[in-house]
Formats: sequence, C-alpha cells, structure tokens
Amino acid sequence: MEEIKNIKKQRRKRDIEKGLAIFVFLLPGLLLFISILIAPIAVSLYRSLYDWNGFSEGTFIGFNNYIELFTNGSIKFITSLKNSLILAFFSVFIQLPLALLLALLLGRGVKREKTFLSIFFMPVLISTVVIGQLWLKIYNPDYGLLNRFLDAVNLGHLKHVWVGDVKTALGSIIVPTVWQYVGYHMLLMYAGVKGVDIDLREAAMLDGATKWQVDKYIIIPIIKPILRVSVIFAVTGSLKTYDLVRILTEGGPFQSTEVPSTLLENMLFLRNRYGMGSTISVMLIILCFAFALLITAAFKEKDD
Amino acid sequence: MESYTLKESKPILKVFVYIFLGIWAIINLFPIYFMFTFSLKSNEEIFGSNIIGLPKHWLWSNFTSAMKTGNMGLYFFNSLLVTTLAIGISLMAALMACYAITRIRWKLSGLANAFFMLGLTIPIQASIVPVYVILSKAHWLNKYSTLIVPYSAFALSMGILICTGFMSEIPMALDEAARIDGCGLFGTFFKIILPLMKPAFSTVGVYSYLQCWNEFMFANVFISDSFHRTLPVGIKALSGAYTTDWGPIGAALVIATFPTLIVYIFLSGKITSSFIAGAVKG
Repeated sequence: MEEIKNIKKQRRKRDIEKGLAIFVFLLPGLLLFISILIAPIAVSLYRSLYDWNGFSEGTFIGFNNYIELFTNGSIKFITSLKNSLILAFFSVFIQLPLALLLALLLGRGVKREKTFLSIFFMPVLISTVVIGQLWLKIYNPDYGLLNRFLDAVNLGHLKHVWVGDVKTALGSIIVPTVWQYVGYHMLLMYAGVKGVDIDLREAAMLDGATKWQVDKYIIIPIIKPILRVSVIFAVTGSLKTYDLVRILTEGGPFQSTEVPSTLLENMLFLRNRYGMGSTISVMLIILCFAFALLITAAFKEKDD
Repeated sequence: MESYTLKESKPILKVFVYIFLGIWAIINLFPIYFMFTFSLKSNEEIFGSNIIGLPKHWLWSNFTSAMKTGNMGLYFFNSLLVTTLAIGISLMAALMACYAITRIRWKLSGLANAFFMLGLTIPIQASIVPVYVILSKAHWLNKYSTLIVPYSAFALSMGILICTGFMSEIPMALDEAARIDGCGLFGTFFKIILPLMKPAFSTVGVYSYLQCWNEFMFANVFISDSFHRTLPVGIKALSGAYTTDWGPIGAALVIATFPTLIVYIFLSGKITSSFIAGAVKG
C-alpha cells in the first residue's frame, strides 16, 4: 500500500511539474501572440460594428459599416479590392511561373548555379521602400530612365507621367512588386526541386525522357505542396500590399490605386473613422483566410 | 558516369538558357548599380547626359548630407536595434513554445500548434487599429518597444513552424535519456535541446530579418518622432525633404541597402541554404 501511494504521489508530482513546464514554456509565445494578434482582432471584430472615432464610446450600428463599405463608392473599397486582385492575378500568372522556370533551370544544375541563385535573391533583401524610391527615379516624367530610354529609341510617343496617369499608375506598382519577389518564390521552389531524389531524375532520363518531360511529369507533381504555399503567399501578399503604393502613388491619382491597407490608414488618420478602419481589417482577415482555403481546396481537387 | 546514355539537350538550347539567366541577372543587378552610381552624382550629371554611366566626379558630399541632414546613421542604428531584439525575442519564444508543443506529451498540444499557425495567414494589418488606439492611450507610441513587440509577435508563427521542423529531427531518445539521468524538463530544454537547435537559429533569423528589417506600415503609423524612425520611414522622410536633389536620396538608399548586401555577399551560401532549410522543414 505504501508503495502504491508513493508511486501515485510521484506521478502527481510529475504531472504538476509537467503542467508547470508547459505553462512556462508557452507563456512568452502566448503573451505575444494574444496581446498583439488575437485580442486586437477580437476588438476589431467588435468595433467594426460601431461608428467610432477611436476615443469616444462610439455608437452601435450593426452591420452598417460593412454595408457602407460595399455600397458607398466614395470609400473606394471596391476599387481597392479590384486593384489587389489584379495584383494577385499578375503575381500568380507572371511572377510564379517565372520563379518556377528559374527554379527548374537552376535545379537541373547549370554552371554557376549558386551565383545565379544569390543574385536572383538579392531584390528580396532590399527594403520595399528603397525599391519604391528607385522606381520613382525610373518613372520620373522629366529625368526618369524610362522616359529617357523611350526618347533614345525614338518611341517618344509612348512616354507617360507613369505614376501620375490613371492609365499607367497601377501598372507602375505591379511591375516592381512582381519583380521584387520572384527571387523569394524561386528559392522556395528551388528548395523543393533540389529535394527531389536525384535517382528519380536519372531513371526517367534513362527511360528516354527529355529534361522538360522530367520537370513536367516528375518534379512539378512532387513540389506541388510548395507551389501551393507560394500561391497562397502571393495572393495573401497581394491583399496586404501597402509599401509600394504608399511610396509610388499614395493611392492616387484620384484614388485609382488605393489598396485595402492604404484605405485602412486613411480611415484612421484622414477621416477619424476607427470603426470603419476595423471593418476593413476584418474584411482583410476574412479575405486572406477565404483565399487560403480556396487555394488549398483547388490544389486538392487537382490531385484527385 | 553513365551520362552518355542520357539525352543531352541541344547546345543551342543551352545557350538560350544561359542568355535567359544572364538577362534576368542583369535585371536584378541593375537597380543596385543604378542606385550606387546616382548616389555619387550631382543633379547636373543625373539630369544631363550621364544618367547611367559611372559618375565623372565622385560626389561623396551626398553621403555627408544623407548622414547629417537625413540622419541615416541614427535610422540605421534604430533599424538594427529593433530588428535584432525582435528576432531574439521571437526566436526564444518560438523555441520555448515549440518545445512545449512537440517534446512534452499533453492533450491539447495539437490545438496549441494550430492556434499559433493562424498567425501565418493573419495579415499584420488586422490588429493595427486596436493596437494603435491602445498604444496611443497608454502613451506608448514613439518608443523602440512600440515596434519590437509587434514585430516579435508577427515573426512568431513562422519561427514556430521552422523550429518544429528542426526539432522533430532530434531523436526523442535524447530527451528520455536526459530524464532518466535526472534532468528536469527545464534542464532538458536548456542543456540538450537548445544547443542542438543552433542550426535553426540562422534559418529563423533569416526569415524574421526579412519580415522586420523592411517593415513599413507599422513603423510609418506608430512612429512619428524623428528619433525612433527606422530606415524605411527615414528614407520616406528624406525623400520628402529632397524632392529635387537626387544625390542625397541615392546616398540614403545606399546606406540602407549596401551593409545588408555586403553581409549577404559574404554569407550568401549560408543565407540561401538557411532559407532553403526553412522551406524544406516548413
């Protein structure tokens, strides 16, 4: 009897130690995560139902903010959403295929593979704000590289006030955005390509497959999980864009290049509409999760 | 080697591949070259005939104005401080959380992991309104910690994801052996797991660095005084002050970019392989 009691006691002591350890080890992460992410999101959800200026109590207005967001044209939410989706489209159909092509070519083992890899990753390391400033110098209507290049090759009629023209402003944002993160996705995909067993590649080639066939029928199916992650990152990243828009166009001209994040900031600092700002935050979360689920489902469907 | 049995691709195709890779390399390197050359030029050179050539007169005074008027030295220090501390905090928190989730057996560990993984999809913008209101009411804007704490939180999920991959490669038998030798859960973590997780540090570091060093939205919204600005906000302010004078802006861009690039060139093999390790483990 004594012994069983002792064992029980010991086990109890162990359980307590275990519980304590779990608590202590999770504490820093949970504190950070809950105080900066989870609790604020709960507050956002709650405040999105209010007409609120950030400092008073605010008045409860139900879903009116959401309704206004989609119906009041002067808020430009639909425009911003459309811009994000256009950006997402170019990211998925220009940026990712380019990244995949580079990853496949480098994955085959070309000369100076590592050098190319390092160079292609460089733009990822440069701050988006720096990239934006650089492109401003390229787009400058009078002294910018682009217009002067067009002059030099006698295509002067194609010159534009790139970031100031409604027709070209969005394009001016899309080009650097798509360009900058090609390297990021390339490196993710390259990791996948290099992870494929070399024997598989050689076996297929012994059977007479060309390099393109190997890539298409062996490599790409294997790295599908990575492609899925890339597509999710590209789409949610487009929904979250902020930096280049702030630097290049400030959402202009005539608010034609606003994205949800710049609208969100305007709601706080220009209009003092914190309730509506919260509504935009909530919409962003919903959209990010919806797209992530949608993309995951689309990839599953293809598998079957 | 048996390679002669393999179909060699046509040489002409190979040339095309190299031309393609070469062109893409130039497209990626050109902005860096362009930034460097115009940081050393006067407006006359930039606006005149010498737009993309090397500078005729190397105008180092652009750097002096970027440092003095533009305060780029201070902003660089701020960015470095904020990024380093944020990486340190999130790495430690991620390692600890990961240990609790993957090495200690308990019922809700899967749920805890899924909970943290929410952070991978939640956009940073999601919490900006409440966090801003609370910080401004608590007079907590314009401090280093205003940025360090959110950055650590946002780097956490990726950190845990990567650490999980690395930690699963350490055999459980090591933990068990340590426990039998009388090492507690805390002792096991600090004496056994932590030293073995060193390879994960650089991978988590690279990912967190990319997130924190370039972050612009929080820095732009939360920091309004000039003393605590980070590089991205500082550059934006400087470009507002020097709208017509390109040289100092170029110098500021170089100051913000080149230290990173130089470190990268020396460590590029290690950095890219760390990044790749993250992709494989995640």
